Amino acid sequence: MSETIKLRKGLNIKLKGSAKAEMEILTFPSTVALKPTDFPGLTPKLKVKADALVKTGDALFYDKYHPEIIFTAPFGGKVISVNRGERRKILEVVIETDVKAGSVEFTKADPNSLSGDAIKELLLKSGMWPFIKKRPYGIIASPAEKPISIYISTFDTAPLAPDYSFVLKGQLGTFQTGINALAKLTSGKVNLGVNQNSAFAAIKNVVINEFDGPHPAGNVGIQIHNTAPLNKGDIVWTINIQDVLFIGRLFETGKVDFTKIIALTGSEVENPKYYKTILGTPVSAMVNGKLKKSDYKQRIISGNVLTGSKVKSLSYVGFYDSQLSVIPEGDDYEFMGWASPGIDKFTASKVYLSKLFPKKEYELNANLHGGERAFVLSGQYEKLVPMDLLPVHLLKAILVNDIDKMEQLGIYEVIEEDLALCEYACTSKVKVQEILRTGINTMIKELG
Amino acid sequence: MKFIKDIFEKTQPLVQKGAKYHWLHSVHDGFFTLFFVQKNTSKSGTHIHDYTDLKRTMGMVVLALVPAILFGMYNTGFQHYKAIGELASTGFFEIFLFGLIKVLPVIVVSYVVGLGIEFVFAQIRGHEIQEGFLVSGMLIPLVMPIETPLWMIALSTAFAVIIGKEVFGGTGMNIWNPALVARAFLFFAYPAQMSGESVWVSLSDTDKVIDGYSGATPMAEAAAGNINFSISDAFFGFIPGSIGETSTLAILLGAVILIVTGIGSWKIMVSTVAGGAVMGLILNIFAGDNVYMSLPFWQHLIIGGFAFGAVFMATDPVSGSQTEKGKWIYGFLIGILAILIRVVNPAYPEGMMLAILLMNTFAPLIDHYVVAAHINRRLKRAKISSN
Repeated sequence: MSETIKLRKGLNIKLKGSAKAEMEILTFPSTVALKPTDFPGLTPKLKVKADALVKTGDALFYDKYHPEIIFTAPFGGKVISVNRGERRKILEVVIETDVKAGSVEFTKADPNSLSGDAIKELLLKSGMWPFIKKRPYGIIASPAEKPISIYISTFDTAPLAPDYSFVLKGQLGTFQTGINALAKLTSGKVNLGVNQNSAFAAIKNVVINEFDGPHPAGNVGIQIHNTAPLNKGDIVWTINIQDVLFIGRLFETGKVDFTKIIALTGSEVENPKYYKTILGTPVSAMVNGKLKKSDYKQRIISGNVLTGSKVKSLSYVGFYDSQLSVIPEGDDYEFMGWASPGIDKFTASKVYLSKLFPKKEYELNANLHGGERAFVLSGQYEKLVPMDLLPVHLLKAILVNDIDKMEQLGIYEVIEEDLALCEYACTSKVKVQEILRTGINTMIKELG
Repeated sequence: MKFIKDIFEKTQPLVQKGAKYHWLHSVHDGFFTLFFVQKNTSKSGTHIHDYTDLKRTMGMVVLALVPAILFGMYNTGFQHYKAIGELASTGFFEIFLFGLIKVLPVIVVSYVVGLGIEFVFAQIRGHEIQEGFLVSGMLIPLVMPIETPLWMIALSTAFAVIIGKEVFGGTGMNIWNPALVARAFLFFAYPAQMSGESVWVSLSDTDKVIDGYSGATPMAEAAAGNINFSISDAFFGFIPGSIGETSTLAILLGAVILIVTGIGSWKIMVSTVAGGAVMGLILNIFAGDNVYMSLPFWQHLIIGGFAFGAVFMATDPVSGSQTEKGKWIYGFLIGILAILIRVVNPAYPEGMMLAILLMNTFAPLIDHYVVAAHINRRLKRAKISSN
């Protein structure tokens, strides 16, 4: 194993409500759904109509511009509704689950005995492909491209993030099968980012990179930058650790099995812990009866509090998410809040007394805590991004739509999650992630 | 608290667009946000946001200025009673009270004029009142000589806010430090009133000045070739000078607050002092029999506006350099230029002001080269890895 890569920049946000190492099997949900909105830039085309009967692994919709990329049913049953939003945009394809619906049979094989092309075809057919994302841009990988390597992070440093050594306990064999399949897709190596004393360091057929540092050290983008930074024209694929299990199971059983473990976390959760359920599970099934009673509003987030998306309890857990976070909405006025000593006010800066208690856990709400302003302070973002990058200059290049500058300042190396801490800490409340996605979309449009 | 909140909430509809009192919208908004952190929650991006906002940040800077303000008030009284020879017979509170009465109107005029203009611009532009002037409004009085007429304070503040800031788009967009724009405006527009020996000590309402008293600042005396200020007086601040900049000790207290809270860049402070020291040493080498040039380098740092400028003016994040490497260069050059201008051109005794304004102008250029070097490094990395 190579030396530990120490990252000093960044920040761990210590919130109340991290999941205890306990797992409960969730009652099997009566509906599951896929949400095309979970995939940035996707134009979905439906393959099924309402009332159609599908098996687990049947295609529900596909990518209009890459018809070979299909999205399959997480579980068999009847398609009960296709929910649309403004301009008939597809928001959800909902399936009423039926245990007797059965599943599609795919080839069962040891990935080591298959060719790269055969593996690719199987992943596309079974709906596994959308789990593979590419850098630059953080969108679904294009099957025709040749990645120079594949990166997987085995730990998450985001606030209240699930502990993957717990989530994958007893499934390391399946994980290894998934890795073996992925290894055939690149001419380079599969890189596994691990933290100290990680159980994943024993995985074979990979390059292990050990990292030590605060959030965002667990982000795959940070790990790429600190091992083999992306240059113009390079393509690297990434995949979430739990999604590798889906691929592993496909090769081990010949069937798709989207069983996954989701952590229910946050200060508004009565008893934060892990739940075993299925991809596309309803939020209500996860949270009903499990939140604290309150006379104020609560915000449910699919994902973590930095990058997740706000969901209603009638909606469904996001495609890539292994975590639900529930925090107070905080939509109330605070008298002279900016002038208080702030013993209970966690901050990335040093202007509140909370700085004197580094080990305390905090309950943070979704209030902006201030008005939006132009960039005023400098040096604030740089401390939170463990990369050779000038975040403010990159964002300004995006704001003035200067494509050359965006490229020169490293837009290929970052996606929203890598700069999310800047948005959290920003004194001027600048919408960093929104700006960055605008820039990435410009690059996709201009350069393809 | 609920009572105040109710007033604001009830009056809110009256200042909405189209309503009768819409022209008071920015004022309503300004005071509402001052008293209450609003209930707005995150709509996109991160769901949690730091408790730090611009009000807190600017509030901390004003807090850091408090030692300098209080000492400035005391020193105003101190210099007055010293000049009329009654220092020994006057009590501490009487001295402070004299200064308070003199200084307070200057502060009030600065805030009223500056905030008034800010409210008008916020109203015209339809955005929230921005907090930048909370600091500028306190810096302006502190860099003025005590005998500056109030109408000049008003005029220079108006000039600074409009030409120095709002024409560029408001807080965050300005090129120069607004407080220094105000000072420079007076310096060049009313040179006769703004220099000489009479402006630094409040003596306008008395004719009892003791024989042989000179109200000249140590800097002016040094430029005239006689250095006889006491080091301890200069450090603690018992010397004539602009209201808030005489006491190096009070300024150091402010510097500690700025550095501990991480608001003021310690890099700029350190590099400015280093630049000043280096230039002081260089001048010593070429001093010959020039008295000012042979002044020990460290004494430069405690007289005039050097310390105040280094701690509170150069560190302005908007007009200063914004890259971490650029901050070192920017601060160092301020130090060099401040001492150079101060010593070599006696017509501009306040070299610090001009040095900072000059480097404000060049800060974007420094940043440009730092960013260019960053880009080059990235490009080089690309070439290495593609081979």
